[in-house]
Amino acid sequence: MSTAPGIIIRDAAMAYRGDAVFDGVNLDVPGGSWSCLLGASGVGKSSLLRYMAGLDGRADISGTAVMDDGDGLEGKVAFMAQRDLLLPWLSVLDNVLLGPRLRGAPAQADRDRAAVLLDQVGLAGREADLPDTLSGGMRQRAALARTLMEDRPIVLMDEPFSALDALTRHRIQALAAELLEGRTVLLVTHDPLEALRLGHRTFVMAGSPARLDDPPLIPPGQPVRAVDDPALAGLHADLLSKLGLGRVAA
Amino acid sequence: MTLNAMNLARPVIIALGLLAFWQGIVVVSEAPPYILPPPLAVLETLIERIGELLPHAGITALEILLGLGLGTLLGGASALLIASFRPARRWLMPVLVVSQALPVFALAPILTLWLGYGLASKVAMATLIIYFPVTSAFYDGLRRVPQGWLELAQNMGGSRTAILRQIRIPAAMPAFGSGLRVATAVAPIGAVVGEWVGSSHGLGYLMLHANARLQIDMMFAALLVLAVISLTVFYLVDWTLKRAIRWRPEG
Repeated sequence: MSTAPGIIIRDAAMAYRGDAVFDGVNLDVPGGSWSCLLGASGVGKSSLLRYMAGLDGRADISGTAVMDDGDGLEGKVAFMAQRDLLLPWLSVLDNVLLGPRLRGAPAQADRDRAAVLLDQVGLAGREADLPDTLSGGMRQRAALARTLMEDRPIVLMDEPFSALDALTRHRIQALAAELLEGRTVLLVTHDPLEALRLGHRTFVMAGSPARLDDPPLIPPGQPVRAVDDPALAGLHADLLSKLGLGRVAA
Repeated sequence: MTLNAMNLARPVIIALGLLAFWQGIVVVSEAPPYILPPPLAVLETLIERIGELLPHAGITALEILLGLGLGTLLGGASALLIASFRPARRWLMPVLVVSQALPVFALAPILTLWLGYGLASKVAMATLIIYFPVTSAFYDGLRRVPQGWLELAQNMGGSRTAILRQIRIPAAMPAFGSGLRVATAVAPIGAVVGEWVGSSHGLGYLMLHANARLQIDMMFAALLVLAVISLTVFYLVDWTLKRAIRWRPEG
């Protein structure tokens, strides 16, 4: 997986009924590492992610998003949303097998792999349970296993951990970082500390229509970084001011 | 008393309460037996003439069940069609509304004229009355599938058919269930109205017949049997749905 492709976005624009969400966005996401897309709530970072995943049918879009080898993103991107999107009528195992189920019938090899993935995310023994019986953290673990099951080189994450309590969030972030190692991950977040902790680099998105701050912030060291690292404290303040806090304070 | 025992005892208590209420009205109003027969007299008639009642009850039950099956099938298929194809929606929706705008009571004589005095016209009536609640509830369920599930399925490369089968239909099951419950509760209306308009069998026929001969206790006995049939069918459907759809839609 060390050769996971990067993403190149040129002149991306998206508008809903004439209102520009973002405009003239250029972004180079290097392959095989974690990039974070940081922005205040409602700035359009989720929209940019959906643009890359080709999800928004109702918006007016222009520009290009391709892999750095020139191929399109279609079929290469897995998507993890804010909500875990587990289907309540399927067992945990069948939820992980959703992709194979949608593309035909899951083979025995798929079932074996799903069981291994559930073991890796710490849900061994819960295969037959319905999502209803799982805690919020366990549900996102199951969603993570489902994402891994798709085995796509690029993983786009839209604040999938934001609804979890702090301790659970820390654990599942570390787990995701471990299991997604080598893939191209773009994580959307509004939390500067999360971005500093998990990202090899952090892009800041701000303004209306939104623009990307270039170049990205590259914190020292490798993720997952310790949050009590004093070097991060300064960068944290830096990011907060970029997000617009400085202007509010002044 | 445990919760389970209470669940079993409740219908009995309700039934006894209604019977007591009935007896109370008889006593207070001093209504003559040919207007309101006391419950005991009706029970007596019921036991005495059960041999006569049961075959008619069987016919009515059959009409209700056939109507329920046919109406559910047609309703389910229509909802799938409307939800899957835009042109189908434009063409079928008005038909659906018309099927409800015309009261079944008004259609009963025509259906009897066309389909005869036998089973077919009653089943058609019951089907017609069941069709709409099933179709509209199921269609609604198919339309209201959370966008996130659909996007996830698209991202995973699911075809339209696969998404319909794996996501939309299961997601619409609770709505389908509520439609079917409503349909089950109203299904006997279709059958009985059909029997009133023209028939030689069934509880509706028996009631008209008894009414003409001023056998009011027989009318009430037939009504009791109809209530038992309706309740049994309803609880059977409810029980089956509860077991088939074990998950709850998320709030």
